[in-house]
Amino acid sequence: MSDSGQAVFDRRIEAEQKIEPKDWMPADYRKNLIRQMSQHAHSEVIGMQPEGNWISRAPTLKRKMVLLAKVQDEGGHGLYLYSATETLNATRDEMNAALHSGKAKYASIFNYPALSWADVGAIGWLVDGAAIVNQISLQGTSYGPYSRAMIRICKEESFHQRQGYEIMIALAKGTPMQKAMAQDALNRVWWPSLMMFGPHDSASAHSGRSMQWKIKLRTNDDLRQSFIDQTVPQIKFLGLELPDPDIKWNEERGHYDSGEIDWDEFKRVISGDGPCNRDRIRHHKKALDEGQWVREALQAYHNKKASASAA
Amino acid sequence: MNNFSNSTLYNYLLGLADDALILGQRTSEWCSRGPFLEEDIALSNVALDYIGRARMFYQYAAEVEGKGRSEDDLAYFRDEREFSNLLINELPNYDFAFSMVRQYFLDVHACLYLQGLTASTDQHLAAIASKAIKESRYHLKRSQTWLLQLGLGTEESNKRMQTAIDELWGYTPEMFMMTETETQLSTAGIAVNRDNLLQQWTATVTADIRSADLQIPDQQWQVVGGREGKHSEHLGHLLAQMQILQRSYPGLEW
Repeated sequence: MSDSGQAVFDRRIEAEQKIEPKDWMPADYRKNLIRQMSQHAHSEVIGMQPEGNWISRAPTLKRKMVLLAKVQDEGGHGLYLYSATETLNATRDEMNAALHSGKAKYASIFNYPALSWADVGAIGWLVDGAAIVNQISLQGTSYGPYSRAMIRICKEESFHQRQGYEIMIALAKGTPMQKAMAQDALNRVWWPSLMMFGPHDSASAHSGRSMQWKIKLRTNDDLRQSFIDQTVPQIKFLGLELPDPDIKWNEERGHYDSGEIDWDEFKRVISGDGPCNRDRIRHHKKALDEGQWVREALQAYHNKKASASAA
Repeated sequence: MNNFSNSTLYNYLLGLADDALILGQRTSEWCSRGPFLEEDIALSNVALDYIGRARMFYQYAAEVEGKGRSEDDLAYFRDEREFSNLLINELPNYDFAFSMVRQYFLDVHACLYLQGLTASTDQHLAAIASKAIKESRYHLKRSQTWLLQLGLGTEESNKRMQTAIDELWGYTPEMFMMTETETQLSTAGIAVNRDNLLQQWTATVTADIRSADLQIPDQQWQVVGGREGKHSEHLGHLLAQMQILQRSYPGLEW
């Protein structure tokens, strides 16, 4: 029975047809998807914190509204992705518990602090920019609900990236202090943005299987290179200095070469010892803990209503 | 033709703008702190509506003032004593019950007030009110539902809601107080007479609170002063945070 399920599954993957929630799928495919999708959802939700840190201090009312709308969108993306993951029989409570215990990861970029207004610009521009490169590729992923969530999310992300880049343009055109603020943000956000694509292909634990199952369609290094190629001209347009002295156009490859990422730092941050890991989880847990009585009351109210209408 | 000065209208508009901005700023503090993700997103929506409303009032105020100031000059370069929002808007969020009861009291009021303002002889104000009332009707639907759900939910939620009602009750009379400015403008058909809203507000609130198994406080008390710039200690901190970049680096483009 499972053999025929496997055969049907393999044929569909081969033919690039989507796998849907009720279809038979290998246990490892399901597990791998839950890991990747919940990680993606957590990244959206934890990602609300560094930018959210500046909503109260945004320098104009218009910037405040755009930023708040943007952070709210990230919450919305988290919601689509949690819902898509729930189609694999993972519950929101389980996913949150895995996040709090450290079992589930999220994009390690959000473990760095947003220290200045320019960071809001740099995060929108670089982090959302990196996310778009990754997510455009994921629109074609083999699991139907994930693919559809990605298509929806990509439509909104380009607006996010633009708002970030607009902040950077305003700062780059501003006073020397503002330009320095922009440069400092670029220097700090650049490397963690490159780390968002994950380890080198040769060192990526999950890449092989994920590619075979067409959950992932392009490799980490391939996606990272696309991001570098699209971003270097944008840095030059801003008139800022390149954050990596080794960035050079390579005529032969038709790509930019760049310096090596500090993988020790990557490992340290992803395993929980970055500058904000503990703060991020504490913040998320505190909100959920403080909201527990609200969720319980809501449940109790609906239970009472249900039993009243049944009686 | 008008028997009031531009500064009268300007002061009135500032009051409306400050009310909206301060509540919007407070509500935005919920972002990433909601009791669950769906509600987090909804709270940000409400905050966005209020900040948008504040911008419309500030832009109009700046135009009426005619000194070339912008919405941001008005929001970022005035001190506590110059802010004229009602006190209820500036109180901290405390817990979800407190935020929701405040929102509910204000939503019932906003629906009545904005309804009146849509009939203002000032076309600009009437237009802002027509847009804002659609938002406030939606906000009221939400806060009214929460009042019911949390009032009738668990023992704890009922207790928290009652505490919030008791602590906020004395801040509601200020919503119905007329300043001299407003009296003048209401005679001219521009502003809304707040006296006329009290009865309807009290009737709605009393009925809703009772059906949520909650009580209207027996004890009558009131704290007022926001319109004269006599605030709680909370406002200064809110403004210090909100205004930090503009005050640190005045005159820059962001």
